[in-house]
Amino acid sequence: MYLIEQLLNGVQLGMLLFLLTAGLTLIFGIMDLVNLAHGSLYMLGAYFAATFAAWTDSFVLGALLAVAAAFAAGVVLEVTAIRRLYGRNHLDHVLGTFGLLLFFNELVRLVWGPAGLTLSLPSQMLAAVQILPGLYYPAYRLVIIVVALAVAGLLYLLVMRTRLGMLIRAGASNREMVGALGVNIKLLYTLVFGLGAALAGFAGLMQAPILTVQIGMGENILIAAFVVVVIGGIGSIRGAFVAALLVGVIDTIGRAFLPDLLNDYLSPNAAATLAPALSSMLIYLLMAMVLALRPEGLFPAAGR
Amino acid sequence: MKKITVIPATALALLAGPALAQQKTVKIGFMSTFSGPVAAIGNDMKNSFELGLDQHGRKLGGLPVEVVYADDQLKPDVGVQKTTELIESDHVDFIVGYIWSNVLLASLKPIVDSKTMTVVTNAGPSQFAGELCSPYVFSTSWQNDQTPAAVGRYMNQKGVKTAFLLGPNYAAGKDMLAGVQTTFTGKIVGQELTRWPDQLDFSAELSKAREAKPDAIFAFYPGGAGIQFVTQYVQAGLKGQIPLYTAFTVDDLSLPRLKDLAVGVPGAQEWVNDLPNAANKKFVADYKAKYNASPSFYGAQTYDAVGLIDSAIAAVKGDLSNKDGMRKEMEKADFASVRGHFTYGNNHIPIQSFYLQDAVKNADGGYALKTVATIVKDDQDRFHDRCPMK
Repeated sequence: MYLIEQLLNGVQLGMLLFLLTAGLTLIFGIMDLVNLAHGSLYMLGAYFAATFAAWTDSFVLGALLAVAAAFAAGVVLEVTAIRRLYGRNHLDHVLGTFGLLLFFNELVRLVWGPAGLTLSLPSQMLAAVQILPGLYYPAYRLVIIVVALAVAGLLYLLVMRTRLGMLIRAGASNREMVGALGVNIKLLYTLVFGLGAALAGFAGLMQAPILTVQIGMGENILIAAFVVVVIGGIGSIRGAFVAALLVGVIDTIGRAFLPDLLNDYLSPNAAATLAPALSSMLIYLLMAMVLALRPEGLFPAAGR
Repeated sequence: MKKITVIPATALALLAGPALAQQKTVKIGFMSTFSGPVAAIGNDMKNSFELGLDQHGRKLGGLPVEVVYADDQLKPDVGVQKTTELIESDHVDFIVGYIWSNVLLASLKPIVDSKTMTVVTNAGPSQFAGELCSPYVFSTSWQNDQTPAAVGRYMNQKGVKTAFLLGPNYAAGKDMLAGVQTTFTGKIVGQELTRWPDQLDFSAELSKAREAKPDAIFAFYPGGAGIQFVTQYVQAGLKGQIPLYTAFTVDDLSLPRLKDLAVGVPGAQEWVNDLPNAANKKFVADYKAKYNASPSFYGAQTYDAVGLIDSAIAAVKGDLSNKDGMRKEMEKADFASVRGHFTYGNNHIPIQSFYLQDAVKNADGGYALKTVATIVKDDQDRFHDRCPMK
């Protein structure tokens, strides 16, 4: 039972990472843009949701409005700033979007203040549900898993079954050719960036009730998100899904079982110090292994 | 436009220059965290310090005050660099602040080497109370072990037989988990140190605590992490099942955001905003009037630094070079502390009482921390024997 509970914890963390990474990998893969400001959009999603939920007095309504607002913010950001970065090298992307990240942190501080906000859950979500005899799991974390799976399914349909998805896939494989065939690549980029922003905002608002809403909240998780992108293969939604699950489960299992494992071999004090350090390295070890064996990632986007 | 404003400013500076040079000022370096998620703590400390200065007419011991604020960004390497800057380029007379034990430990060497008068207003690592104590360094807070030790006593009173301990993996986290074990007489059935400061999801650790089936969970999560921890503890459905005892996890900064989630979660503290002494009533009332919020213990401890420094400078009649005179006066702790009267141990850590605090919902719908009982009177830290000062 305990193992299943920890696996669920890992899956839940993976799902959250997937929501964040899906947008990042789309933007990275199709537009060839390293977007450090993705974490800022994640933060904006959470702040929007907390604000709208307070206005409308409804979590669901607040969340829907926040996703729309994050999409709009992404479109505005693309048109005003990001567009100028296309075709430049990655160092320029990193510099430009890092500047945006600082800008958004200060903007949020000016608008909402330094203290952070709280996105409260409806009271029926503040409990654990029994999913198997003797196995209790927090209701809201189950909701995250289910909703993220639904989003993954929708994304799959969008990318594999619609015209827009076809263009997105084509863009990931060969940008010049798509442009040459008369597709409005500018509009496509704006839409993809907006979609990525909406996904990031959605990830931010889904985790907000667990991790609270604060300035700089997107920066730590962004590192994990880039690890997922690299493991999964740049531009591949399927890769992002599998890699996010892997990273989530490995990170959680490491945190759960490494301390006890080390306790058998080391003094309790040494184990207590070493275990957190070691478990936080696991996902990077995984990335190094994947890079050594499959430099393109687990599911490289075709034609790259 | 720019040129026009610059000229009068320069003229003013020229006029004021000779006058300023004659009048001595006391320069105070203020080290705290003003960026990132824990900036709320730094702001509360700064607000309390500024309030204290205003109440003193912005003069301490008769000397006008100049404050240089420095941001440690919650990083030990930045902390030591900014501390050195305060000492070597700003030439400050006093340094005040330090939230984080690991930042303080990194910054202690330049402070001690330069014999800079320093008042630490929060951090209290065990080494600092023991072998690293220093004649010119004082604390207006506590040694890390003391607060969790008080919580341990309270857990004994409540008949807790088994406990699971949780805290972040840095200097203070280790001190806190060790501190609770100095007094708690029951059995520790498990303990976890989590990544600091970036780990904010405690699902794996809470699952572990549930699996261990303890009578109680003890947790230390300062700043924003406290909000995350208590929220996830409630969401995991543990609130009705396994009681939570805390140190520095529920405070006046986190309570307005935790609201109902924190009600009934006990903690220990050397200061609570409803302590019934005159100095505290004035501090809390003036703070609320000026900033429209409740001060936290971080603020209260920093506010006390104002009174302590004021007494020191007054005792030497403004002669800031007389460091031993100031030190001797500060050792008396002869000022109106918001926690009531306390004395200093040989290591310059307060010997003081610790109270049981609980979060309650007021009749007006707001939330507040209340003093419930005194857990321990005149408690001295257990590291003072290791301090070479006698």
